[in-house]
Amino acid sequence: MTTERRSSAATDVDLDDAELDRQLDRTWAGRTSFWGAIAAVDHKVIARRYIVTAFVFLILGGMLALAMRIQLAQPEARFINADRYNQIFTMHGSNMMFLFAVPVMEAMAVYLVPLMVGTRNIAFPRLNAFSYWVFLAGGILLWISFALDTAPDVGWFAYVPLSGPEYGSGKRADVWAQMITFTELSALAVAVEIVVTVLKQRAPGMSLDRIPLLVWSMLVMAFVVIMAMPAIMFESSTLIMDRLVGTQFYNPAEGGDVLLWQHLFWFFGHPEVYIIFLPAVGMVSTILPTFVQRPIFGYLPVVMALIATGVLAFGLWVHHMFVIGLPRLAESFFTASSMAIAIPAGVQIFCWLATLWAGRPIFKTPLLFVIGFIITFVIGGLTGVMVASVPFDAQVHDTYFVVAHFHYVLIGGAVFPLIAGIYYWFPKMTGRMMSERLGQWSFWLIFVGFNLTFFPMHILGLQGMPRRIYTYQPEMPWGGLNLFISLSAVILFSGFLVFFIDVARSWSAGRPAGQNPWNASTLEWAMNSPPPPYNFRRIPVVDARDPLWCGSDELPVASGLRTDRRELLISSVVEALPEARESSPRDSVWPFWAAIATSIMLIWSIFSPWAIVWGSIPIAITLIGWFWPKGIAEDES
Amino acid sequence: MKEQPVLDVSKLPLHGMGIASPAWWGTCTFMLIEGSAFGLAIAVYFYLMSLAPHWPPDVPPPDLFAGTCLTVLLLASVVPNVLVSRWAQQRKLGKVRIGLVVMSLCGIAPLALRIFEFPAQHVNWDESAYGSIVWTILGLHTVHIITDLIDTLVLACLMFTRHGDNTRRYGDVEDNALYWNFVVIAWLPLYACIYWVPRL
Repeated sequence: MTTERRSSAATDVDLDDAELDRQLDRTWAGRTSFWGAIAAVDHKVIARRYIVTAFVFLILGGMLALAMRIQLAQPEARFINADRYNQIFTMHGSNMMFLFAVPVMEAMAVYLVPLMVGTRNIAFPRLNAFSYWVFLAGGILLWISFALDTAPDVGWFAYVPLSGPEYGSGKRADVWAQMITFTELSALAVAVEIVVTVLKQRAPGMSLDRIPLLVWSMLVMAFVVIMAMPAIMFESSTLIMDRLVGTQFYNPAEGGDVLLWQHLFWFFGHPEVYIIFLPAVGMVSTILPTFVQRPIFGYLPVVMALIATGVLAFGLWVHHMFVIGLPRLAESFFTASSMAIAIPAGVQIFCWLATLWAGRPIFKTPLLFVIGFIITFVIGGLTGVMVASVPFDAQVHDTYFVVAHFHYVLIGGAVFPLIAGIYYWFPKMTGRMMSERLGQWSFWLIFVGFNLTFFPMHILGLQGMPRRIYTYQPEMPWGGLNLFISLSAVILFSGFLVFFIDVARSWSAGRPAGQNPWNASTLEWAMNSPPPPYNFRRIPVVDARDPLWCGSDELPVASGLRTDRRELLISSVVEALPEARESSPRDSVWPFWAAIATSIMLIWSIFSPWAIVWGSIPIAITLIGWFWPKGIAEDES
Repeated sequence: MKEQPVLDVSKLPLHGMGIASPAWWGTCTFMLIEGSAFGLAIAVYFYLMSLAPHWPPDVPPPDLFAGTCLTVLLLASVVPNVLVSRWAQQRKLGKVRIGLVVMSLCGIAPLALRIFEFPAQHVNWDESAYGSIVWTILGLHTVHIITDLIDTLVLACLMFTRHGDNTRRYGDVEDNALYWNFVVIAWLPLYACIYWVPRL
């Protein structure tokens, strides 16, 4: 690298806006051909694919729920047989947790975090593309196996010994385990990107105390992913090993232990709830201030609550295992820690209420879903405190009470904020507004339909109806409520239908949104909608927590970045002082091939341990192709 | 919005080194992931031990020789590793090339010893849960040695090409050295666990 070349490199200094846009577009835009689409590494493109794919899985999972509700609407129904029903409830849970909830939340982070911290692409954009292809392959694996009648039938947590070599015949449990490996691999990859993007790519001046709350929540979520997901990957791998090569991890006859499975699963599984929930509260803390037009009340306590939730998430997994016969001290400890997590949740709720109280609420659709979230989540939280108590949990364990509880926290706590987030950021992502009229319809249908569907399940649970039964006898006192629930589910489904119709219509025919239709305060609203491939014409310089609410029409920016290569700013971790101009990788098809090679190896390894050996060779080749320097401008230093 | 330039970044370097490099942070984050996995493996080891009436169950403790040799070798490899990292920081191409060749050998030698470690456990992976976790820990760590070895080999080849003399590549060499240190340090608790806990 010579000084001569440096001086000749094109920078954005002395360029007018139109010319700068043109040059940046030439450098950052991807090709429009088929292979151009395969090679894309723009975080917005990848995130859009993630979100659309995850919503397709939501629809598919919803269809399964509908099938179960038809089956349960009356006693002794013959719509679905027992074996198919086992597959369906396993698919529904696995699909919703691993193919919808976690990926869609991470996808929102992939889209929004780079925009909100003021950078041009996510860190490690090729890893990002790789993660999407791996996620897609995992989802396809699960659904193709369902079509072939070999879908997992062991519940979404696949407890041994049911899923072990003794009882889980065929390849059904292996499909479950390997789908886990696919999705957790992609989730871990995205977590790494989020951590590095937030720590190192923030706009100059965005010190830790100016990071938008959504970004804070995504950062904490990413760390929880990093600490929790290795547990489930370890577990899914050991399950496959027990089934394929005869290891004895979960075989009590040879010194293994079935409860080890539960410990490992819930050491991951409980933080998993917060992996879904933390991004959701981040969305709430971002949307709420916009619709009351004042900054959030209690920024610092909210950040502290996010971090505290992330830490406490690892200290309560055993409350899923209260009926296995634990020592009393352990039961007391995990009861206490389970109740303790209500404290950071409470802090946030009071901060939101104070924000609402102090502002002037504008009751648009996103705010409605946020308020719906607060109400529903409080109910789900209250039943959570109830089941945290050991004697109560022993009564309702494995009944519909638990089903009601976790749908309240997962749909109320995560899907409501997510839909609020879709209504809120749709204008940014597509450049078009969604319909306010249809939005109100979908909110009321979903909110009312949800509560009518899931509240009665508490009562069913108290009446003793167990989870995961494919039918029940007419003598049981459950028929009336089940019919009521199934009919209510139709209202809930119609609400989602209205939502999807609204999305489809608005995508092509919505009202143009402009830069900042909600008059929001964060950086993603500072550029055109949808954002150009390079996000920011010039990287913004931040001197306040709400950079767009500073009362000025001008955005302070940094100049001096090159336009002939993909370049962005690296800044220090705490104060976000600029440290370097770093290049951002160009489009590449190698992540796609690496994902194909990885998928072949993972699926092959369900059938033969030698897949690990031979299947790794193509992976190594694709990775070398991925990392080998191409001698382009991005490689200069 | 109208833009108001308030900061000129054109004098900043075209690539950050050390903590100014995203790749360094990415490596650290991956180490956190792998570290969590190793920690879990150890937790599972102790969990299974707490259930067993005898530990190790019905077999003698593993032979120390191969594992201890490997541990010494890994610890010794830290010296050239730190040197390579330092040379990379000083951008001394010739020394980095030699250092990477040495480090490639330092990656191959433990693999040779590792072959003798598996039989030294006196148990197969499918004989008991003890065998399963010991083989899994050894396998997991071996995968890390192999991964870093391949990375080192590719980097060594790369440094002999025209792409070698580049700050970015020196950064890669440093990150690779950082990861090898992690592979060595992660082995120490695993070694203590596999070889010394059964002797307690």
